[in-house]
Amino acid sequence: MSAATDTLRTPAPAGAFGRSVRDSLVVAKRNLIRMVRIPEVVIFGLIQPIMFVVLFSYVFGGSMNIGGTTSPSVYREFLMAGIFAQTVTFATAGAGAGIAEDMHKGLIDRFRSLPMARGAVLTGRTLADLVQTALTLVILAVVALLVGWRTHTNVGEVLAAFGLLLLSGYAFTWIGALIGLSVRTPEAATSGGLVWLFPVTFISNAFVDSSRMTPWLRHIAEWNPFSATVQACRQLFGNPGVSTSEAWPMQHPVWASLIYSILIVLIFRTLAVRKYRSATA
Amino acid sequence: MPGAIYAEGLVKTFGDVRALDGVDLDVPQGTVLGLLGPNGAGKTTTVRCLTTLLRPDSGTAVVAGLDVLRQPDAVRRSIGLSGQFAAVDEYLTGRENLQMVGQLYQMSARAARARAGELLEQFHLTEAADRPAKTYSGGMRRRLDLAAALVVSPPVMFMDEPTTGLDPRNRQQLWDVIKQLVSDGTTLLLTTQYLEEADHLAHEIAVVDHGRVIAKGTSDQLKARTGGERVELVVHERDRIQDASGVLRGFGKGEVTVEEHTRKLTVPVTGGAKLLAEVIRELDARGVEIDDIGLRRPTLDDVFLSLTGHVAEATDEDNGQKAGRAAQDRRRRKETTK
Ligand SMILES: Nc1ncnc2c1ncn2[C@@H]1O[C@H](COP(=O)(O)OP(=O)(O)OP(=O)(O)O)[C@@H](O)[C@H]1O
Ligand SMILES: [Mg+2]
Repeated sequence: MSAATDTLRTPAPAGAFGRSVRDSLVVAKRNLIRMVRIPEVVIFGLIQPIMFVVLFSYVFGGSMNIGGTTSPSVYREFLMAGIFAQTVTFATAGAGAGIAEDMHKGLIDRFRSLPMARGAVLTGRTLADLVQTALTLVILAVVALLVGWRTHTNVGEVLAAFGLLLLSGYAFTWIGALIGLSVRTPEAATSGGLVWLFPVTFISNAFVDSSRMTPWLRHIAEWNPFSATVQACRQLFGNPGVSTSEAWPMQHPVWASLIYSILIVLIFRTLAVRKYRSATA
Repeated sequence: MPGAIYAEGLVKTFGDVRALDGVDLDVPQGTVLGLLGPNGAGKTTTVRCLTTLLRPDSGTAVVAGLDVLRQPDAVRRSIGLSGQFAAVDEYLTGRENLQMVGQLYQMSARAARARAGELLEQFHLTEAADRPAKTYSGGMRRRLDLAAALVVSPPVMFMDEPTTGLDPRNRQQLWDVIKQLVSDGTTLLLTTQYLEEADHLAHEIAVVDHGRVIAKGTSDQLKARTGGERVELVVHERDRIQDASGVLRGFGKGEVTVEEHTRKLTVPVTGGAKLLAEVIRELDARGVEIDDIGLRRPTLDDVFLSLTGHVAEATDEDNGQKAGRAAQDRRRRKETTK
């Protein structure tokens, strides 16, 4: 055909890793374009956590005992780390629904017939979700500041907390990817991506002081990977209600959160990529 | 030496549906194989196995000299695929879709953009190029999907029902594109429901049914198998059928078949138009009035009908019957293997 095509036949001499990064970015760009063209998805993704901020801080604030006080302003500062952490986990549903829709529409077949890196379709999707999560966190932080949330540490620690939140959100999108590949419809992926998140985020220290739970529940809450991220954020923000529990993840929340997130990525990425290779629409 | 597409004994089962039951194919380089078969015959499954999307339970497949099961990545670099249902991202524009595919074929961003522009022009999508594909008509999406399959002009192409849903003008244009590709050396496997399309484009035709290739050959060879030409006529009055039948028997090379209710008679002949003229004169001489008469050569439709026992574009009813028949066949097969 054209002169242009002939030179294009030879693939760019990139190593496997370079190819993987490049393909992932191409797919990420595609998903970001979609997010810009369907802003409803991002907007609805924002409404829910903002509603939680307002509801929890005004409805529960005043009746929650945090560190021996029921002051609403203390609860509000306590609450924010929990809402941030819960919000990033909800990216799971978006990733799952997006991938299920790609399967449904036959796009996964198109991708699978191309000489692209195997994990790139999923990595690209999770990277795009990471961008969305970051955007959501920025807006949510502004809302939180408006209702009276403050940090009491230095910029470095605050940024570290947001870094942990992003990593945790990223890890959860890989769970979403696996769900998206395993169900038959985008609707199932959305609900399948959300239902189990409620127990995970509520049996934790996110919204209540876990030391007040019944012992067996407290045990689960303290070892819940999600709690580690919340505890780490509280500590890094200098917010009230940092648990004094003896449980290892509560004593070393930053490390625990990092280890949990990395483990989740490793396990679920492996499972999802394997599933992708054999996926049939 | 095996051809650019080679398959031997491909078997694929889904639960208890035996979608492929030992498919053998051999397509020489630079030729077109038309895969013809009723709904559910296994055409799409064959294409999916050959394009690394599906792993056959057993059998061998070689595409562009590469083992599909052992070197899937190398195979993907050598093929283009347009599946049965257009796989385009609805929220991306036509241009963005093609550019993305180009980049995933490992082109540079600039080269992919240039190639996208060429293809949009070739497939008459320039005007709609910068609109999201969501706004495209069915035929436009189909064309965009085909363009995506041609991004790198790979040596081997697979097209699953490429012209389904295209209007006659676009179908003709796609045929031209395909002919150009093939004359440049591309090997193509094409599935179709349109016998005319197979007749027009394919060097060789393979008829599949129940997951097997039940006949293979050029269009002419297949037609020859179904028998030569015949005279077909419709008499005006029912009580002259006997007379007409007598006349035909005199000219025919075989038995005269009569359809009472349509007043249609058919007889195999040799001798072409000259013979037809004689038949008409003889009928006239005996005062047998006719509504219609003609010389019919077998079409691929006839081939199809005689091979598979049902018409190409099966209705839902046919499918139901066929499903029943397939189930019976399977049961029978199981019994014999016990
Ligand atoms: N993923 C699947 N799961 C279960 N059964 C399947 C699957 N894919 C195909 N089949 C079955 O395999 C058989 C062959 O299907 P295939 O799609 O290959 O037919 P086809 O020849 O392409 O038909 P059509 O002309 O309708 O496109 C059918 O009975 C179909 O129901
Ligand atoms: Mg099909």
